[in-house]
Amino acid sequence: MSEKEIKNLDEIFEQRIARDEKIEPKDWMPEKYRKTHIRQISQHAHSEIVGMLPEGNWITRAPSLRRKVALLAKVQDEAGHGLYLYSACETLGVSREELYDQLHSGKAKYSSIFNYPTITWADIGAIGWLVDGAAIINQVPLCSTSYGPYARAMIRVCKEESFHQRQGFEIMMTLAQGTPEQKEMAQDALNRWWWPSLMMLGPTDAESVHTAQSMKWKLKRKTNDELRQQFIDQTVPQAELIGLTIPDPELKWNEERKSYDFGPIDWDEFWQVVKGHGPCNKIRMEARVGAWEEGEWVRDAAMSYAEKQQNKKTKQAV
Amino acid sequence: MEKNWPLWEVFVRSKNGLEHRHFGSLHAADEAMALENARDVYTRRSEGVSIWVVESKHITASNPKDNGELFEPAQDKIYRHPTFYDLPDEVKHM
Amino acid sequence: MMNKENLIEYIYSIADNSLILGQQLSELCGHGPNLETDIACTNMALDLLGQTRSYYQYVAQLVGANKTEDDIAYLRTERQYKNVLLVEQPSTHFGYVIGRQFLFDVFHLLLLEKLQFSKDETLAAIAKKGIKEVSYHKRFSSDWIKRLGDGTKVSHDKIQEAINHLWPYTEELFDVMPADKEAIECQIGVDAATLKESYVAAVSEIITEATLTLPETKWYQRGGKKGIHTEHMGYLLSDLQYMQRTYPNMKW
Repeated sequence: MSEKEIKNLDEIFEQRIARDEKIEPKDWMPEKYRKTHIRQISQHAHSEIVGMLPEGNWITRAPSLRRKVALLAKVQDEAGHGLYLYSACETLGVSREELYDQLHSGKAKYSSIFNYPTITWADIGAIGWLVDGAAIINQVPLCSTSYGPYARAMIRVCKEESFHQRQGFEIMMTLAQGTPEQKEMAQDALNRWWWPSLMMLGPTDAESVHTAQSMKWKLKRKTNDELRQQFIDQTVPQAELIGLTIPDPELKWNEERKSYDFGPIDWDEFWQVVKGHGPCNKIRMEARVGAWEEGEWVRDAAMSYAEKQQNKKTKQAV
Repeated sequence: MEKNWPLWEVFVRSKNGLEHRHFGSLHAADEAMALENARDVYTRRSEGVSIWVVESKHITASNPKDNGELFEPAQDKIYRHPTFYDLPDEVKHM
Repeated sequence: MMNKENLIEYIYSIADNSLILGQQLSELCGHGPNLETDIACTNMALDLLGQTRSYYQYVAQLVGANKTEDDIAYLRTERQYKNVLLVEQPSTHFGYVIGRQFLFDVFHLLLLEKLQFSKDETLAAIAKKGIKEVSYHKRFSSDWIKRLGDGTKVSHDKIQEAINHLWPYTEELFDVMPADKEAIECQIGVDAATLKESYVAAVSEIITEATLTLPETKWYQRGGKKGIHTEHMGYLLSDLQYMQRTYPNMKW
C-alpha cells in the first residue's frame, strides 16, 4: 500500500471512531491502534491476574465461612476477567502465551497497587472498597470504548464487578462498627491503601503520555485527574458514613468547586513502585511465573492426551 | 506436538426459546474440556441452559474488505420491508 | 430418634471432609496451571464450602445456645475434626490435587446417593443438592486423571506417584464408627462399608482407562475419623482458625 492510500484509510478509520462506530477484529486498523490496544488490554488483563494474589492471600484465613466464600468467588471473578481480557487481546493477533511472556519477563506492566502487601483482614475490605472503587471508575467508561471485543469484555467485567466493591465496603463497615480492635484495623488499612488508590488512577494529566490519543480512540473518556477527583468526591462521604478518617490533613470541601481539595500525592513513591521497587513486586512475579512453570507439565499432558484421543478417533473412522 | 491449548468460541443459550449467543472465548485442550471450561467460566451466575463450543479455527468469517459487495446490494431492496407498501389507514392488523 | 451427640458426630464425619477439601482447594486459587483450570477448581471449592455451611448450620441449630456455623467451623480443637486423612493430604503438585479429588469424589457421590434417602430431612435435602455438584466434580477429576495418566510420560509418572501415595488413605472411607452405627440403625446415616465394592470398581475403571495402576497395599492409614490427624492438619487449621482465635468473640 502506498503512503497516500494508508493516509486515506487512516482518515476513514478516525472518522468511523468519531461517529461512534465500533471497530471489529478483522477491520483494517492503523498499526498504532492495534499496538496501543494490545498494550492497554493486556495490562488490564495482567492487573486482574496479579490482583488475585494479594486477595488470595487471605482466602484460607478469612474470618467466617460467609466471608470465605464471598472472597473466593471474588478472586475467581478476577481470573474470569483476566480471561475475558486476554481473549479480547487475542483478537488482535497476539497469543495469551506471548502476553504471559511479556508479563513474566517484566516487559509488560500491571497495576502497581497490587505490589502492596495485604497484612490484615481489613486490607481485603480496603481493596474491595477503594481499589475496586477506583477500578470501576476507570472501567465503566470503557464499556463504550471503540474496540468491539474490549467493550464487550468490559461490559461483562463491570456487570460482575458490581458485587466486589459492595463486599469490600461491607467488610470495612462491619469492622468500623465492631470492637475497638476491629475499628483500629479498619482505620489502619484505610491509612495504608488511601494514597496508593489515588495513584492507581494514573499520573497527573501533565505527566500522562497517552491521554490525548487514548481520548480520541475512546480508551479514555476522562483524564486521570478528573477520574481521581470523582473517586475522592464519592469516597469521602462513604468514609464519613462509617466513621473512618481519610488520612489526608489537607482534605477539605471546596464549596466553589463543589469538590474536595486534597493534599499532594507522593509521585516519587508511585514511580518507584512502577519501576519495581514496591514491597511486593518480586513475590508477585515469582508467584505468577511459578504457577505458570509448575503448570507446564499439566498443560502438556492435556495436549498430548487430546492428540492421542484425536488419533484414536481418526483410526476408528478409517 | 503443539504445546499451547487452542482457542475455542463459546455460545450459550440463556434460556429455552432463545438462540445460542456468542459469549466469548477460552482455551482448552479438547472438546470435553472446552465444554467444561465454558461451563465454569461463562455460566457461574446461572447465565445458561445449553452450551456450544467450537474451535476458533473452524470458523470461516467474511472479510470486512468485501462488505461492499456482500452487504450493500441489499440496502436498496427496500421492497423487502413492510414499510415499503402503502396501505390506507383503515386497514388494521396487516 | 437418634441421640443428638451421635447425630452431631455423624454430621461432622461427613461435613468436615467438605470443609477441609474446600479449604485445600481454595488455597490454590490464583496458582493453577492456567486460568481455565484455576476457575474450575475454585468452583469445586465453592461447592464444597457451600455444603459445609449447610451441614454446620444444621449442627449449630442442633447444639442450640446461639451457636453459629462459624463456631462449628472454626472453634474446635484438632482432635474434634472428623474428616478422613485423605482430604487433608497436601497439594504437593497438581497430580496430588487431582488424585485426592478423584479418590474422594467417587466416594462422595456414592455416599450422597444413599444419604439423599436419609430419614433426617435436612441431611436428605443437603445430599440431594450435593449430588449434582459432586457428579460434576467426579466428571472433572476423572477426566483429569485420564489426561494426566494417558498424557505424557512425565504426567503419567507424576499422577501415578500421587495415586501410590494417596491410595493407602482410601480404606478409612469405609470404616464405621460408633456414632455411625446408631445413625445407620435409625436409617439416618449411610453404612459406608457397603459402598466399598462400588467404590473400588468405579475407581479401577477410570484408573485402568488412564493407563495407571492401583498400588498393592497391605497397610492402610486411618485415624481421621477418630480425630487423629496427620501433621499437615495442624497447619491447615492454623490458617483456617487464625482470625477467630486471634480475635475471639467478634463479628466479621
